[in-house]
Amino acid sequence: MAKKVALLQGNQACAAGAMYAGCTFFAGYPITPSTEVAEELSISLPTIGGKFIQMEDEIAAMAAVIGASLTGAKSITATSGPGVSLKQELIGYACIAEVPCVIINVMRGGPSTGMPTGPGQSDVMQAMWGTHGDHAAIALVPSSVQEIFTETVRAFNLAEKYRMPVQVLFDEIVGHMRERIVFPEPGELEIINRAAPTDPPETYKPYDATKGQVPPLASFGSGYKFHVTGLNKAADGFPTTKAEYVDAEERRQVNKVNDHAAAIESNEEYLTEDAEVLVWAYGSTARSARYAVNELRKEGIKAGLFRPITLWPFPAKRTAELAKQCKAIVVSEMNLGQMIHEVERAAKGNCTVVGEFRVDGEPINPGQIAAKVKEVM
Amino acid sequence: MAYDYDKSIRPGKLPHIWCPGCGHGIVMKGLIRAMDTCGLDRKNTAIVSGIGCASRLPGYLDACTLHTAHGRAAAFATGVKMAKPEMTVICCGGDGDGTAIGGNHFIHACRRNIDMTYVIMNNFIYGMTGGQFSPCTPTGAKASTTPYGNPDPVFDISKLAIGAGATFVARTTAAHPREIDKLITMGIKHKGMAIIEVLDDCPTTYGRRNKFRSVVDMMKHLKANAVPAVAASKLTAEQLQGKFLTGILFQEERPEYCAQYAEVIKKAQA
Repeated sequence: MAKKVALLQGNQACAAGAMYAGCTFFAGYPITPSTEVAEELSISLPTIGGKFIQMEDEIAAMAAVIGASLTGAKSITATSGPGVSLKQELIGYACIAEVPCVIINVMRGGPSTGMPTGPGQSDVMQAMWGTHGDHAAIALVPSSVQEIFTETVRAFNLAEKYRMPVQVLFDEIVGHMRERIVFPEPGELEIINRAAPTDPPETYKPYDATKGQVPPLASFGSGYKFHVTGLNKAADGFPTTKAEYVDAEERRQVNKVNDHAAAIESNEEYLTEDAEVLVWAYGSTARSARYAVNELRKEGIKAGLFRPITLWPFPAKRTAELAKQCKAIVVSEMNLGQMIHEVERAAKGNCTVVGEFRVDGEPINPGQIAAKVKEVM
Repeated sequence: MAYDYDKSIRPGKLPHIWCPGCGHGIVMKGLIRAMDTCGLDRKNTAIVSGIGCASRLPGYLDACTLHTAHGRAAAFATGVKMAKPEMTVICCGGDGDGTAIGGNHFIHACRRNIDMTYVIMNNFIYGMTGGQFSPCTPTGAKASTTPYGNPDPVFDISKLAIGAGATFVARTTAAHPREIDKLITMGIKHKGMAIIEVLDDCPTTYGRRNKFRSVVDMMKHLKANAVPAVAASKLTAEQLQGKFLTGILFQEERPEYCAQYAEVIKKAQA
């Protein structure tokens, strides 16, 4: 049987991906350019008995998502940069309380209201370091409508597997662009569901590290009575200030991601085998970069493209290898230089690292990337 | 026979953090009695709070307890209730948590008329941080950040809840323990948003700055100035000066939010 094919907007594909992943709860607050994610889910969630709620503000939306997730519902919210800033305290709460959830950030420029209908990639550092305190982060950066679907599914999988908030960031261009999408059949993509506790309610401890780096999370209303707090806590979930507990828990929560960075990592490489110059780009910028690489190859310049799909944890190992192989890396992003700092850190001076940035609300075009490559070669 | 509170309290979690003379323990006991009266299965009861002294209450109770971020109890609780409407959801917290930083969530939870019971312990002060003025600190009162007297007007929490759309609003005080569990029981049984405001005492950070010489004085003050709402109509405006009405202040039947959303699901599936 032929697969279902559609011409779909990126934001709609995100909603469709959420449904495919088994999402049953959305809470959000209207914000351009992400609103279509909410609109789509307001239609589709109740058809499967799921719940959609428009909350009074961005913070409330994040709170409701965490609350719903604690009952076992796969939960999602969608917003843009200013909304993510408002949610940051509770993203930290979801980190320390270890509550799975997915946060969609359709990126525009900024700071503040900026250019709400224009594209941007200026929340990529916010995705990692926006919330306070030490924590791990997972952020995915799809660059096509199809990939928004699959990465939204993967975001739910990672959230449930690692028991934490996972962010999916796509710029307004990818979010609002319409492309052909081939819907995966049910069962075609892997779906990871939350691990059920192995202990009975009487002995269950929600943060018991002896159960592994990611202890199973029970659901409210499933027979388990337990305590959830944003305070530093011991294995039983109750507050503690004992140094050894606090230290061990903080490290476990960061290591549960960092120790599995290779498994979470996902990149696309294009013509990198013999590349002498590398374009390092993500999201819609990577589409222009790919075009630029093709044009440069026609001119005999050995250019290649490295496109992270998992942005955080940062693909440091592969970036470092490519830095040793290439004479230069051109990092192109719709901000004034954010991921370039991580690329420079990974490159360790083994090659020249330069940026090609744009923040005027226009997409980065292949010509300007190609020109920058020629400038450094 | 003494009432058995122990079966509701998590083993090993006492003593609590509250100061001697604080009324929060009276409210917690009232809540336990109310939960018992309603026969709540603690496995299907979520108790949700924000941050502050009063918000530490859920941790002591053997149930599904959620201690969230400052001001956000009602919003977290909304997520729990929406996702699992069969659970009984109870919020608790203080005046600053609920009506200052959490004011937006408070009024919108009231507006939706979502089925939960919010026990708000109004002790007129931010106790945990050491006694800064809250939206409920009386005008002119002393707090650590109003050394010359509080210039701010006061929120009337119950009026705020009624105005915002809560369908059961009641007030009592920590000096009226029997009324606490009676009103919380009615709130839990009410289908919709129930706000139970309990006027409470903070001897440590409010009383000592405001000429209350002892906890007993604070309790006497609460008792002396409480006027049952049913008796208020017989009193003159002059007689009601400085008093606060207690008992059920407002009650109406209005469609509950989760029930309304169940209708949305029906339409979507039709």
